Amino acid sequence: MVTCPECEGSTTLTEQPRVGEILECGDCASELEVLTLEPLQVALAPEVEEDWGE
Amino acid sequence: MLRVAVAGGAGYIGGELLRLLLGHPRVDVALATSDSLAGRRVDGPHPNLRGRTDLTFVRHGELADRQGSYDVLFLALPHKKTMGAMAGYLDLARTVIDLSGDFRLRDPEVYARYYGTAHTAPELLGGFTTGLPEQHRDALRTSDRISVPGCMATAGMLAVQPLADAGLLDGEVTVDARTGSSGSGVSAGEANLHAERSGAMRLFAPAGHRHEAEVAQASGLPVRMTATGVEAVRGVQVLCGVRLAGGAGGSEVRAAYRKAYEGERFVRLVAYRRGAYRLPEPKILSGSNYCDVGFAVGDGGRATLVGALDNLVKGGAGNAVQCLNVRFGWPEDTGLEFFGLHPN
Repeated sequence: MVTCPECEGSTTLTEQPRVGEILECGDCASELEVLTLEPLQVALAPEVEEDWGE
Repeated sequence: MLRVAVAGGAGYIGGELLRLLLGHPRVDVALATSDSLAGRRVDGPHPNLRGRTDLTFVRHGELADRQGSYDVLFLALPHKKTMGAMAGYLDLARTVIDLSGDFRLRDPEVYARYYGTAHTAPELLGGFTTGLPEQHRDALRTSDRISVPGCMATAGMLAVQPLADAGLLDGEVTVDARTGSSGSGVSAGEANLHAERSGAMRLFAPAGHRHEAEVAQASGLPVRMTATGVEAVRGVQVLCGVRLAGGAGGSEVRAAYRKAYEGERFVRLVAYRRGAYRLPEPKILSGSNYCDVGFAVGDGGRATLVGALDNLVKGGAGNAVQCLNVRFGWPEDTGLEFFGLHPN
């Protein structure tokens, strides 16, 4: 389990996580990128934001 | 089976009550009233009920003539008219669930200010329980006088109250509400002609909307509401501008919502970072009893709280049925299992 840095919800990892793997938080749908395995660290994955307000 | 009557069954809220109650496994609909459509089939004004019922409307006066043939009376009648007759209704049925605005506000002076007329039965106001199970569940278990909140008020209360209770709000709350056309009722007026309504973003209540008083009453905070009619038939969305107290941020806001709505069947926290539906939107809630709540925290301690629901369901008839379920000890989602459409 890892804690989502966005919403602090718990997210389950795959059995054999790999660096660079993208997870999705079940609580806030953030994409989390696995940064390191030991220690296990995740961060918000970068994304392109929409802007409809032109 | 519990026998129910629906007074004012020809309107949109009345029709939605009939839709939900006809599908409720523990309820028989004994009668539905409409003076204007007495003798006509119920599935005339509510064609979605074809094949589900052979009921015909009866005149409103038959509620008294047929006393004893129903246990619960739902009132879907206009505000200002309901209060004068309420004492009589309370004698007719064991349990009365009122969907008008007349018994939502506890203070008759506040009622007069927002409804433009004196309350004619102020002695009855204190006897009603607010029909919002998420905030009044314990009282509703034993209450036989239930007043269901307004649609925009329900969305506002469910969005604001967890933070108010947690002491996270400071100062005035501004509620910007958007609503679909069904919220203005079944009576056609010039403003509701398709040519006038279609495509409009009509700011029909720039200040002082009646539901403003309900949110203020519940939260204990000063509230300012604006209301705009938008291009939709069903749906309400409220954007509540607030100032967070004591340096609170997104983490505290999310924790307050999680604490308030953990285990709640019909309120979901929707504050996603990705996707088209990252914050509450009524489009996917049509026909369901859900109210989605969410938030976004900005700079300077400001935040926007968002609530969305179907105005005829969680904003009215569905909420009333949920109250019925609470009152009679049934699972709260009995008859309310539908969870919306996508795409819609």
